[in-house]
Amino acid sequence: MFYRQAGDFKSSYREDLQTFALKQDRWAYYALLVVAFLVVPFIINDYWASAVLLPFLILAIAALGLNILTGYCGQVSLGTGGFMAVGAYACYKIMTSAPDLSIFFVVLLSGAVTALVGLIFGIPSLRIKGFYLAVATLAAQFFLVWLFNKVPWFYNYSASGQISAPERTMFGWAITGPNAEAPVRYLFCITIVVLLAWIARNLTRGRIGRSWMAIRDMDIAAEIIGVDPLKTKLLAFAVSSFYIGVSGALFFSVYLGAVEVGEVFGITLSFLILFMIIIGGLGSILGSFIGAGFLVLVPVLLKNVMVNGLGWPTDIAAHIEFVIVGGLIMGFLIVEPHGLAQLWRLAKEKLLLWPFPH
Amino acid sequence: MKNHGTSLVSNIEPGQEVLSVQNISLSFGGVKALTDISFDLVKGEVRAIIGPNGAGKSSMLNVINGFYHPQEGEVFYCGQKRNAMKPHQIAHQGIARTFQNIALFKGMSTLDNIMTGRFTHMKTNVLQHAFWRGPAEQEEIENRLKVEEIIDFLEIQTIRKTPVGRLPYGLQKRVELGRALAAEPVLLLLDEPMAGMNIEEKEDMSRFILDVQEEFGTTIALIEHDMGVVMDISDRVVVLDYGKKIGDGTPDEVRNNQAVIDAYLGVPHE
Ligand SMILES: Nc1ncnc2c1ncn2[C@@H]1O[C@H](COP(=O)(O)OP(=O)(O)O)[C@@H](O)[C@H]1O
Ligand SMILES: [Mg+2]
Repeated sequence: MFYRQAGDFKSSYREDLQTFALKQDRWAYYALLVVAFLVVPFIINDYWASAVLLPFLILAIAALGLNILTGYCGQVSLGTGGFMAVGAYACYKIMTSAPDLSIFFVVLLSGAVTALVGLIFGIPSLRIKGFYLAVATLAAQFFLVWLFNKVPWFYNYSASGQISAPERTMFGWAITGPNAEAPVRYLFCITIVVLLAWIARNLTRGRIGRSWMAIRDMDIAAEIIGVDPLKTKLLAFAVSSFYIGVSGALFFSVYLGAVEVGEVFGITLSFLILFMIIIGGLGSILGSFIGAGFLVLVPVLLKNVMVNGLGWPTDIAAHIEFVIVGGLIMGFLIVEPHGLAQLWRLAKEKLLLWPFPH
Repeated sequence: MKNHGTSLVSNIEPGQEVLSVQNISLSFGGVKALTDISFDLVKGEVRAIIGPNGAGKSSMLNVINGFYHPQEGEVFYCGQKRNAMKPHQIAHQGIARTFQNIALFKGMSTLDNIMTGRFTHMKTNVLQHAFWRGPAEQEEIENRLKVEEIIDFLEIQTIRKTPVGRLPYGLQKRVELGRALAAEPVLLLLDEPMAGMNIEEKEDMSRFILDVQEEFGTTIALIEHDMGVVMDISDRVVVLDYGKKIGDGTPDEVRNNQAVIDAYLGVPHE
């Protein structure tokens, strides 16, 4: 039997404000970081990088971004794919026009450009809410994809209409381009993920996060407390779009390498990210990761079982996969609307007091 | 940790006017909610606003905190005529309120609801929050101290971390009062804080209101139907009926005013 913390006892407010309130959680988190940075890079191969880890890490950033907007601030968006496209194309344009700029800054700048675009598309949110806002963001989704298809300037007039990432290095290692190795791409992505997750946690734990949640829960009460609805929503749109833009930039430059906008950043991607935060947990940082992990892993697992294990044809397996994932999503919406993160929290609450609940 | 309201009210002595409404008329389409209403609130008093349902009491509070813009009339606050302002700007001037129907942030705990009430006292920006350590954390802790005082004051220590949606009605009303108090308001508007409460809960709430008045010197506008409570805890009373003011004075004066007796006290209500 190992020792564990029993009950919730804090002696200072600073302690009470910690991200991982329980000692076990804190150690688990540090252990995870050590494994992620010091173990995984040595065992990762191309299959694991491209099938699981890179999509998981990169889509988790998008899920974090959407969760800030939808889960924390209550503004529904179906435009995630379109905004990821903004990040991807911003990344491409910056990469090709400023070849000497470090790829790290290119990715952050792409996020900043997307934040600006998100800010503009967020302006109607002051007037329209709920379902109508969802429709407006859907319009943004289609408009953005159309725009990147139609205006050749965005793809530097290439004949194929595709964009592809040239090689960029950091400390002598290729991060993008055909020579980029799996461990390097992985390390680049996970560094950005850890940084952005930490910032998301910080933004949501204090005054800013509360102002978002106040708008989400009861906007008139938020106003009489001094929260400016326009500023608050626009900030959520900007921050959310920054994350989504960074995700799009990485998805294009580090993960795929070459992109055809309609195929990659279509409405399907918007829904995928939305399902991630619904399954993982709205208004939860951890939930964004759980949801991304779940929706990246489940199809891979199913495919392995059905195609490699049972020897079924790939197209049938793909259809069954749709049905199963769809069923899981519906199941979750019915059984635990607060997502996997909530199940985890409840389980922990029980365990904390076990074996003496009162 | 001050907001703009603190400095606005600093040169107003107890007993001097904090807010007055003058000749306010408000209508919705054809419905006249308020007709030519004038009254004042002086620093440190509990000013009850009474009247039958639909008299325009809530509408009056909505004018004061900027949700409704009257077609006619003016609002004077801390000696100055107030220009048209948004509700969130008025909050920064030190006016806080509770709602007739509970308007808590359902997804948050008691603690977070009350912390949100400190909004006008917190100044750190997004960048400082992104890095947390330093000013943002410091500000959070300082304000947390203030919020813990309010939690102690309202005797709600045990529900600190409980999501407010799980609380019984009476406690939700108390948390909403806590959220308004967290702003350390100059002027506190309470819209039927005791509606739907049993006698014990009403007594508790009355005690809290009197304690707020006494300890913090807050000026309070109180809408309440229970005449016993009104007579007990208010210094002066305004009586509205069909959007018109029909009485104004001390509880005793109002109680003996024939127009009030006819229009309000005589009329049965819930
Ligand atoms: N937003 C609104 N739109 C239309 N009519 C309103 C609105 N707010 C209040 N009223 C009307 O104004 C009158 C006064 O309402 P209210 O101020 O809520 O009364 P009280 O709080 O005294 O019960 C009522 O006739 C009500 O229907
Ligand atoms: Mg009312």
